[in-house]
Amino acid sequence: MEDSRVVPVTLTVNGKAIAREVEPRTLLVHFLRDDAGLTGTHVGCDTSQCGVCTVLLNGEAVKSCTVLAVQADGADVLTIEGMEEEILHPVQQGFWEKHGLQCGFCTPGAMLTASYLLSTHPHPSEQEIRESLDGLLCRCTGYETIVRSVQRAQEIMDERRESADRETRAI
Amino acid sequence: MADVIGSALKRHEDIRLIRGKGQYTDDMKIPGMVYASMVRSPYAHARIVAVDTAEARRVPGVQAVFTGRDLKDEVGMVPTAWIPPDSDMKMTPHPALAYDFVRYAGDAVAVVIADTPYIAQDAADLVRVEYDAMPAVTNPRDAAKEGAPLVHEDIAGNVAFHWKAGVSVDEVFNKAEVVVRHEFRQQRLVPSAMEPRAAVAQWNAATDELTVWVTTQNPHIHRLLMSGMLGIPEHKLRVVAIDVGGAFGSKIACYPDEVVVSWAARKLNRPVKWTETRSENFTVTTHGRDHVEEVEVAGTKDGHIQAIRVKAYANLGAYLSTAAPGVPTILFGLIVNGAYAIPHASAEVFGMLTHTTPVDAYRGAGRPEATFLVERMVDLYSEAVGMDPLAVRKINLIPADAFPYTNPFTLQYDSGNYQGALAKALEMVDYQQFRKEQDNLRKQGKYVGIGFSTYVEMCGLGPSEVAGAVGFQGGLWESATVRVHPTGKVTVFTGASPHGQGEETTFAQIVAQELGLPPEDIEVVHGDTAKIAMGWGTYGSRTTVVGGAAIHMADQKVIEKARKIAAHKLEVGEDDVAFEQGLFSVKGLPARTVTFQEAALDAYLAWSLPKGMEPALEGTAFYNPENFTYPFGTHIAMVSVDPETGDIELMRYVAVDDVGIVINPMLVEGQIHGGLVQGIGQALYEGAEYDDQGQLLTGSFLDYAMPKARFFPKFETAHTVTPSPHNPLGVKGVGETGAIASTPAIVNAVMDALAPFGIHDLPMPLTPRKVWQAIAAKGGTH
Ligand code: FES
Ligand code: FES
Repeated sequence: MEDSRVVPVTLTVNGKAIAREVEPRTLLVHFLRDDAGLTGTHVGCDTSQCGVCTVLLNGEAVKSCTVLAVQADGADVLTIEGMEEEILHPVQQGFWEKHGLQCGFCTPGAMLTASYLLSTHPHPSEQEIRESLDGLLCRCTGYETIVRSVQRAQEIMDERRESADRETRAI
Repeated sequence: MADVIGSALKRHEDIRLIRGKGQYTDDMKIPGMVYASMVRSPYAHARIVAVDTAEARRVPGVQAVFTGRDLKDEVGMVPTAWIPPDSDMKMTPHPALAYDFVRYAGDAVAVVIADTPYIAQDAADLVRVEYDAMPAVTNPRDAAKEGAPLVHEDIAGNVAFHWKAGVSVDEVFNKAEVVVRHEFRQQRLVPSAMEPRAAVAQWNAATDELTVWVTTQNPHIHRLLMSGMLGIPEHKLRVVAIDVGGAFGSKIACYPDEVVVSWAARKLNRPVKWTETRSENFTVTTHGRDHVEEVEVAGTKDGHIQAIRVKAYANLGAYLSTAAPGVPTILFGLIVNGAYAIPHASAEVFGMLTHTTPVDAYRGAGRPEATFLVERMVDLYSEAVGMDPLAVRKINLIPADAFPYTNPFTLQYDSGNYQGALAKALEMVDYQQFRKEQDNLRKQGKYVGIGFSTYVEMCGLGPSEVAGAVGFQGGLWESATVRVHPTGKVTVFTGASPHGQGEETTFAQIVAQELGLPPEDIEVVHGDTAKIAMGWGTYGSRTTVVGGAAIHMADQKVIEKARKIAAHKLEVGEDDVAFEQGLFSVKGLPARTVTFQEAALDAYLAWSLPKGMEPALEGTAFYNPENFTYPFGTHIAMVSVDPETGDIELMRYVAVDDVGIVINPMLVEGQIHGGLVQGIGQALYEGAEYDDQGQLLTGSFLDYAMPKARFFPKFETAHTVTPSPHNPLGVKGVGETGAIASTPAIVNAVMDALAPFGIHDLPMPLTPRKVWQAIAAKGGTH
């Protein structure tokens, strides 16, 4: 469609630069899903309550439905598709092991929220985990298995850190 | 190999879901796709005077605007698929797009189709609809009153049906020592699956075939109903639902939206996508519950309950949704005696039409309403006779030696040990100690309470003969094909349509156990009418019970054939061949073996098969259950109430559930947790409210209180195991127990805490404001 009201934006999404021309009102979540083709980030509401759209924007957890793509111009975005490196991210592994998901629809938001929590509070208490999930609605799990998943993710992080340390010492 | 059934395997479906590779309907993108946005009525009741689409059409990028008049002669009415017999049910004609009257706020009157979703939404705002607003009614009992505005002109008194079950209990009541009467408002709930509904339709002009990807719990039912509405024969219509982001009953119904986009896709010969907004989900996707119930219990002075009589006004909204009439009748009225040996019972239900969003199944569907009223009445009756509610439960629970137990409505409870589950729960909670502490705390002005729910529910829907007898316009059996490939890998095709329950894993466990294969060699396919011959879907805790049993039967056919092949190869009689853990062996000669994989390869090569045997190896089975299954258990809630603020804190929650044999304990626990939060959500937080004009006041997550993580303590769960005697796997179903059992346990606990104030009941949800006001009205904390 011909439209003069489009503006260019360039974002680094999961380490890859993505340049597109978008309508100024385009929400980041729609940019990710429709322009970048990354449908792992979901939309669950229209009032910024559910948190299923959460991504990391320059390392901080944000609801991508509350950010315009143009506001994120030049930013670094991490979505669920970018979590796994060579092996599953500890949060992904934790959610898998502890049944942190059922339908999986809130899961991208839940996992990015969790990874942000663990990057800022390496050893959260159960209560802190529950409070950190305040911006997330999950209708399936009852949350307890999400809490366990986050706790397990933290253990895995510690385990991986230790074994990395051991390897460094061995060299 | 260790037993696969009973082990907490990690889920197979998670491998894609934790990587963001799920295939939800809204993720679909097809070249040339256009987007639909609905124009919806802001009025709960109005006559449509005129619809002006000119301005919307002029918006660049708009492909088409259709109104009710465009569809009227080409699309059939949205049907109701449940017609309770002997209820004189009236059909409520429901056009996919309204053209004469709108009957609830949200009723669609036009659709805009455009190049992008943003343009479609912009243009939808420019469709000018002139309405002649009319008065509305929203409460089901008010709707029955003389002079109430009619929802459908020709349905007198707004009564869609009047249904009765049981025999007259008047005489028992007349003679009873104690009669307790109470009225309950079973509030309206919004199911709120996190994935809004969506539909993508693609027409293939070369083959005259339509494919619809849609958020559904039952693709084959969708195909059947849509085929009728669209006039597209079933074999030319494919319905697909791969990943569905939760449903809880709200994705059973066939909605106008998917019918409209399907019709438009054919009309425009372009793929059309429609995705619901959350606001639409609140106003258009079916709601749950919403009864006004008048309940009476008759009993002796020493705690024996003799009869229960229920009269309910069930709010069904503006149109009868797909399964709506079955929910407050068969799934509610027939089980109002609960887990108790109450000899006499009767139920009477008025299916009421109002100017509100249609009401259909929501997790538990009828059974939470029944369980709530009987569990609450047991407590109110206990209070009336001055007995402990636990003691009254012990007296009245159906004894373990009474199974199979025929209830007053002739349901046959398959198996149970209700005392066993109660005993186990009481091992986890020191009841006497709690009562002592409660007394002490009261003296200090602190109020704690304990509440029980010793429930039973009927699920595993269900025997098809019964489905027919109670008016469900379909079967309730399930299909399975277990296809063994030449290498011994297996694809399972199921007619169930899981959407979060984890059946790709549970079903693989059944097959792995029975065929002696590693679970990773098994793939489960569901949710596609082109791949699966027929199926009735996932609801009513039926998937493992009915779908799983079908897989078990298909497995047996596979084993039987493979055994013949193995016997042929081993040159012995079939009866001399044992099969264990994936290995056929000659009985008594364990060294002579044929692996399952070898038998599979032989079946496909067909170089040397037993005389007359057809090649290939697969089993197809259709399992029609002979009865429902009846999970049960004891839930105990402990709460404290702050009289200064009305705040309720959930201190402990203990759930002992007996769901028969457990295939994957981790998944079963997950189902219970999810159900608990929804059930507790009803007790404490959630409730949909309308104003007098029929405007939904709780139309967003800002106003509708969805439970959050910090509202809950750790749940304490445990099981007893009483297998279902008629189910080949011994399973009973677990999808709904948590939601069914928990609501009354919580309310009973809160009322127990508030007893010193003389408060015996409050309408749900028990918000701090309501609790505080009730305490204040009783004179406060002094
Ligand atoms: S979509 Fe709900 S908060 Fe972003
Ligand atoms: S797993 Fe379904 S909403 Fe969270």
